Amino acid sequence: MDYSIKIGGEAGQGIVTIGDTLAKVFSRKGYHVFTHQDYESRVRGGHNFFQIRLSDIPVMASRDKIDILVAFDKAGIQLHEKELTGSGIVIYDSSALKETHDKPNFLDIPFANLALERGGDKIMANTVAIGAVLGMLGVDMDILFEIIGDTFKKKGEDVIKGNKDSATAGKEYAMTHCARCSFSPAPQSGPKMLINGSEAIALGAIASGCKFYSAYPMTPSTGIMNYIAGKEKEYGIIVEQAEDEIAAINMALGASFAGVRAMTGSAGGGFALMVEGLSLAAMTETPVVIALGQRPAPATGLPTRTEQGDLSFALYTSHGEFPRIVFAPGTPEQAFYLTNKAFDLAEKYQIPAIVIFDQYLADTQWTYEGLDLERIRYTDYRLRGEALQKLPEYKRYVFTESGVSPLAVPGDSKHLVVADSDEHDEDGHLIEDAETRVKMMDKRLFKKLPLIVSEIEPPVLYGSSSPETVIVGWGSNYGLMKEAVDILSKEKSIAMLHFSEVYPFPHPPLNPLPSREGRQTVPSPLAGEGQGEGGFMSTLCNAKTAICIENNATGQFARLMRAETGYEFKNRINRYDGRPFLLEELVGKIKGIIG
Amino acid sequence: MPTIEDYKGQTPAWCPGCGDFGILTAFKQAVVEMGMEPHQFTIVSGIGQAGKFPHYLKCNTFNGLHGRTLPVATGIRLSNHVMPVIAVAGDGDCYGEGGNHFIHAVRRNINIKLFVHDNQIYGLTKGQASPTSMEGMVTKTQPFGVFSEQLNPVALAIALDCSFVARSFAGDTKHLKGMIKEAMTHKGFSLVDIFQPCVTFNKINTFEWYKKRVYQIEPEYNPEDRVEAFKRALEWGDRIPIGVIYRNHRPILEERVPVIAEKPLVRQGFDKSKLEKTLKEFY
Ligand SMILES: Cc1ncc(C[n+]2csc(CCOP(=O)(O)OP(=O)(O)O)c2C)c(N)n1
Ligand code: SF4
Ligand SMILES: [Mg+2]
Repeated sequence: MDYSIKIGGEAGQGIVTIGDTLAKVFSRKGYHVFTHQDYESRVRGGHNFFQIRLSDIPVMASRDKIDILVAFDKAGIQLHEKELTGSGIVIYDSSALKETHDKPNFLDIPFANLALERGGDKIMANTVAIGAVLGMLGVDMDILFEIIGDTFKKKGEDVIKGNKDSATAGKEYAMTHCARCSFSPAPQSGPKMLINGSEAIALGAIASGCKFYSAYPMTPSTGIMNYIAGKEKEYGIIVEQAEDEIAAINMALGASFAGVRAMTGSAGGGFALMVEGLSLAAMTETPVVIALGQRPAPATGLPTRTEQGDLSFALYTSHGEFPRIVFAPGTPEQAFYLTNKAFDLAEKYQIPAIVIFDQYLADTQWTYEGLDLERIRYTDYRLRGEALQKLPEYKRYVFTESGVSPLAVPGDSKHLVVADSDEHDEDGHLIEDAETRVKMMDKRLFKKLPLIVSEIEPPVLYGSSSPETVIVGWGSNYGLMKEAVDILSKEKSIAMLHFSEVYPFPHPPLNPLPSREGRQTVPSPLAGEGQGEGGFMSTLCNAKTAICIENNATGQFARLMRAETGYEFKNRINRYDGRPFLLEELVGKIKGIIG
Repeated sequence: MPTIEDYKGQTPAWCPGCGDFGILTAFKQAVVEMGMEPHQFTIVSGIGQAGKFPHYLKCNTFNGLHGRTLPVATGIRLSNHVMPVIAVAGDGDCYGEGGNHFIHAVRRNINIKLFVHDNQIYGLTKGQASPTSMEGMVTKTQPFGVFSEQLNPVALAIALDCSFVARSFAGDTKHLKGMIKEAMTHKGFSLVDIFQPCVTFNKINTFEWYKKRVYQIEPEYNPEDRVEAFKRALEWGDRIPIGVIYRNHRPILEERVPVIAEKPLVRQGFDKSKLEKTLKEFY
């Protein structure tokens, strides 16, 4: 079974609440769920939709075709009727839309009237619609009733009862009037976890011991701030809304200097304002994690839509040269673990770490059996309290073999902690001489870099182990690419290479690291592990066709690949209309290349 | 007890005779008299001649970027609100590049002490006009003289209901020391705007110029009257007041953030045990 439901309507009509509620019902019922949202940059009006896919096997992308369309506005019908499958059905309320459709695949349900008659208030029309969808599918109401009970606990018994009765009314109406409904979702057992990308990044931060989050609101990063702010009290976290993104990153650096784990987040536009602070983090060797949510740009672009247009920006922006980490999770699960890894490495190596995502990942909900807290890394690398007090001497930037100097907490001991944005000596005081400058550059850059690279995991290879076709991508296209491989594997030899730890680039054995002397150093032992001799580069080089898939116009990852490995993609699939790929569309495009 | 000797830092690279030396002397005397040890507080500075200040002392230091002292100080202070945090900035630094941060730090009323070395010019970059430069001042980059109205930081701070607003003069280290000590002991965001003659580039606002004009506010003056304070703030010309011009007792941010009611953030550690429960909320 594999059903898709689309709820379309104007902003402010409660589309997201309906979608969220249905997704929760399905995931608690044990179905695998995937949801994605498409909304305009407005609070009222326009046309938005929320798409839910449910299945008895894992699903990780939206399909082109829909089985049930819940239309709350005329545009919902005009835009999406053509997406219905042969047996697909539209439900709508003709009195609300002021139009009637006499086609057999349209079911007119008086949402508002049923709400008024059975629930006592027209406002419960959305609950009628939820009940109707469950009725069409033949899914029990027990979980929905639980959710209604929780949601309206504060509003009292009458409201709870009204909503339950409205849902029942919708269900009964659908069951008696939907002659064509022949959905039969197989019953599942055990509730699943339902989580989106924003929540996963926020949760990853909290699980890493993040204590300070400062940001200025900007879609699609605001969800992270909202989630963490909701947990301030429980976990002892301060969330500060800064006056601008420049302040946001500088506050986070102040907090980190003071001895707590700190994070900031924004979209590309806000990150642009943070760039000076990124360089400050590097020079002062102050750990910081930055969540960078991409949306179509330049400038304000399409504020609520999706794109992978900021990869090069994240990789290269800054004045000066220094190591940084850029992780691009492909799923909420990866977002959780990689945010944690970003915190760990940022502090271990005292560098900035960027978690780059996009509106699509931020808002898509996935289901999991669970997340494994055993996999969470937590080491407090800072020098504090007694351990610091016992030291005979302390220099913030003391030269060490690894390039990493102990990071002490100011005020915890007699030792002074001096951080400087000017080039400085071991004590942190500003210098002008050439020799110290070179030694400090070597410390920050060339000594740390090989150690950081050795922490980077190679890309995920999925599909055939010696594929004729390799599709390559990064970030939020993971689910789409993986499902495309599943579909195409039936007739083709195909695999996916997905990069989520994009920078420092996972070094294939063929292409060792640059070093200070320009000589080649020993490659990371981790690179290519489990991918046969030669690692991912040989998988790629041995394939007949390799295709790089990205949600941007120019192929920024393809360019990174070429810069890092010399490999040049002959085929690229790019989408840059502000929308994510859909599964069948992507499969079609791949077929168009490989025949 | 700490001594002046304990505060001896790097050798200053300021021009001989610069007003910054007076501030350094007054500051050292103030902290020594208050019994503060170098490790007990942090100075955040920006970039400019004033930005070098903490290097010429001994203390925990974050010498950050031009204009960005206050956000860094805010992050430090929220994370460790039992440690005094002092921000040191130039007039360009604080009122130009960092003007937005100034407004919002005052609004937050976070208990940071802000000392502005106000030389009414950009010293480090060799003599361009600053936000506090007087109208008509001719510089290499303002050959027709400054067109913009001079910024009045004291009036601006009072307009924002800043918790403590004082002005002092680097040429009167005794007065300055007093202002620094008062600011340090006041609870709330505190601004001390310090006239700091730049002997190399500001040929208008010299030691003599200030000496002729500044007068100490009379002891009977009530700094808690905002309207009176505003009047004083607007005095400019032949007579310019120095002293505590405005003060209020607004609650400070640190006392309003529930998370740090019991312990500073930096001492709270990380309790992983709640994570299981949080994960359950996603089912
Ligand atoms: C972003 C940025 N812009 C410009 C500069 C160059 N710069 C350094 S100090 C300074 C002005 C200094 O004036 P002020 O803040 O009044 O300090 P002063 O040197 O007078 O003490 C400027 C423009 C810089 N360091 N960073
Ligand atoms: S340029 Fe002016 S402000 Fe800078 S050190 Fe010299 S006298 Fe002082
Ligand atoms: Mg100046």
